[in-house]
Amino acid sequence: MNIPLADIVTILPELIVIGMACLLLVLDPITPKSKKDLLAWASLGALAVCVIMILGSFGGRVMAFSDLVVVDGYASFWKLLLCLVSGMTILLSMTYLKEEHIDLAEFYGFILLALVGMMVMVSGADLLVIYLGIELMSITLYIMVGFKRFEARSIESSAKYFVLGAFSSGILLYGISLLFGVAGSTRLSEIASTMNDQSLSDPLVLISLMLIIVGFGFKVAAVPFHMWTPDVYQGAPTSVTAFMAVASKAASFAAFLRVLLEAFGGLKPNWTGMILVLCLLTVALGNLVAIVQTNVKRMLAYSSIAHAGYALIGLVVAGWIGTEAGVSARGVSSLMLYLAIYSFMTLGAFSMVAILRNGGLEGEELNDFTGLAKRHKGGAFLMMVFMVSLAGIPPTAGFIGKFYLFMAAVNAGLAWLAVIGLVFAAISAFYYLRVVMVMYMREPSSEQELTTRLALSPSVSVVLACAIAGVVLLGIFPGPLVSVADLSTLPVK
Amino acid sequence: MEMVVFLYFAGVIVTTAGLVVALKNPVYSALALLVMFFHVAGLFVTLHAEFLAIIQVLVYAGAILVLYLFVVMLLNLKREEHFHHQWLVGLFLGFVLFAEAALLLLKGHATLGKTEAPAQLAQGNTESIGELLYSTYLFPFEVASLILLVAMVGAVILTKKGIMEVKS
Repeated sequence: MNIPLADIVTILPELIVIGMACLLLVLDPITPKSKKDLLAWASLGALAVCVIMILGSFGGRVMAFSDLVVVDGYASFWKLLLCLVSGMTILLSMTYLKEEHIDLAEFYGFILLALVGMMVMVSGADLLVIYLGIELMSITLYIMVGFKRFEARSIESSAKYFVLGAFSSGILLYGISLLFGVAGSTRLSEIASTMNDQSLSDPLVLISLMLIIVGFGFKVAAVPFHMWTPDVYQGAPTSVTAFMAVASKAASFAAFLRVLLEAFGGLKPNWTGMILVLCLLTVALGNLVAIVQTNVKRMLAYSSIAHAGYALIGLVVAGWIGTEAGVSARGVSSLMLYLAIYSFMTLGAFSMVAILRNGGLEGEELNDFTGLAKRHKGGAFLMMVFMVSLAGIPPTAGFIGKFYLFMAAVNAGLAWLAVIGLVFAAISAFYYLRVVMVMYMREPSSEQELTTRLALSPSVSVVLACAIAGVVLLGIFPGPLVSVADLSTLPVK
Repeated sequence: MEMVVFLYFAGVIVTTAGLVVALKNPVYSALALLVMFFHVAGLFVTLHAEFLAIIQVLVYAGAILVLYLFVVMLLNLKREEHFHHQWLVGLFLGFVLFAEAALLLLKGHATLGKTEAPAQLAQGNTESIGELLYSTYLFPFEVASLILLVAMVGAVILTKKGIMEVKS
């Protein structure tokens, strides 16, 4: 067995993260309790090196490992986003784990291993590799959801997530195996080359396409495959919820897009309709059910479902028949832009929920936010900015993300879809702004007045600063990110 | 002749797989599963994949099923007297999906049987698979090893006692 050095160099960022993850697992038992933070800093260091390496090789398109792995601008874009999100999650967890008394430094190793899974997903050029990436990510997340081992809710959501996740993986794998029967290969490029006009009505291709969409629909939490989301997001430790809501969704979207466009690029008439239905259902149900939630974590879970629905608009545009190549590519890049912006605001919102955990407050119920403005001005202000951005109100980044998505839809002749999106965005303002209203217009009870102490620490402050900087700066100067997304978009045939 | 053999194996696989779900005693379910694993192995043999057939028997029938039986007996599962009350809905939806797939396959021009079974290999099954795993499919092979690592560490974390100290 000999592996070309060039192949190794191509996946060097992944190898660094894997190496650090294994090192953390080994070092954890021999590190004294007071020094556990060092492990977190070490993993942040590995992520920084990883980011520099990805930036260094940005652009171009390299295939490695007998064309199973592809490193192109698209993969690099997602990898950068995923590394950033993982870094912020680690910083948030350093404080959160202490507050929750979870003394498991394996946590950091697990975040890195989940990150490896996601990186494999976004640069997989073969269904088998993408599937293994999904499994690595999912199995790591099943365990991380149950990290609050002594809380029944956490274990319950872990078990639920595991059973449903394994089921959906089975469906995805079934689709892949049927497709292998037709195409004789699992490489995305070879599948694309075996597809012809006949394939449009080939029942086996149709069934496998449907199964693959269901499998991915589960991973991105699109309605009607979203059932697991609220329970799992609510039961998981909050920093894990943030990580799942942002990173795993982004990685799943990245792989979903690549599979649909690169393998099924010739079958657009077949899948665009399915995605359109998923998109409409997701936007509608996510936003409507979020209105009745009184638990903020659950509300944010439904909000993340709704945002997946908006992101699907980009996919519909990319697959819509009769649009010019430039417009379709805009659909892809606006989806990438949207998920990047979504990452900042959602991470910020979950971080606020996580640090309110302190001082007798659970920080999860809407009531816990009552009169926060009187108790902690800064915290209430940050939460307000995140909520306003999630609702998509200018001048925040949330507005920019929705603006580019809806513009892409209008350019593709889907103005009605943009209008539906707008209507539901307006509806969503109700439940986001309710949090703001509760914080600013209600008086805190005397009991709450006494107990308020946000679990602020330097590391959490960095996370919040990053999130708020992302939300505000991208809202005012979206130019650079837009051009990066345009540069790294997938070629749409 | 080939068709008869295939139909036998396929028929038994489908029937026993149905029994695994439908039987009320978990031990009977496990035994039905065992029969299914053996017939899947038989299907592999007809495809000249002897190595996979052996692995199927060793790993699935030998290791996984025995573990499963251990769990059933340790937990002392009671006989399920009633199915879950949603079984009718499940049966209906399953029937609809099945009918849909059947309709598609019968009406459309299916590409079934398009991929030919590979010709007799120059070297043995085991060598070919080993060579592929360590050359073309090295990358996914290593990713799979990471998955096993995560599963192993995760099982320890979730079951180990006294990891978390409760604040007094």
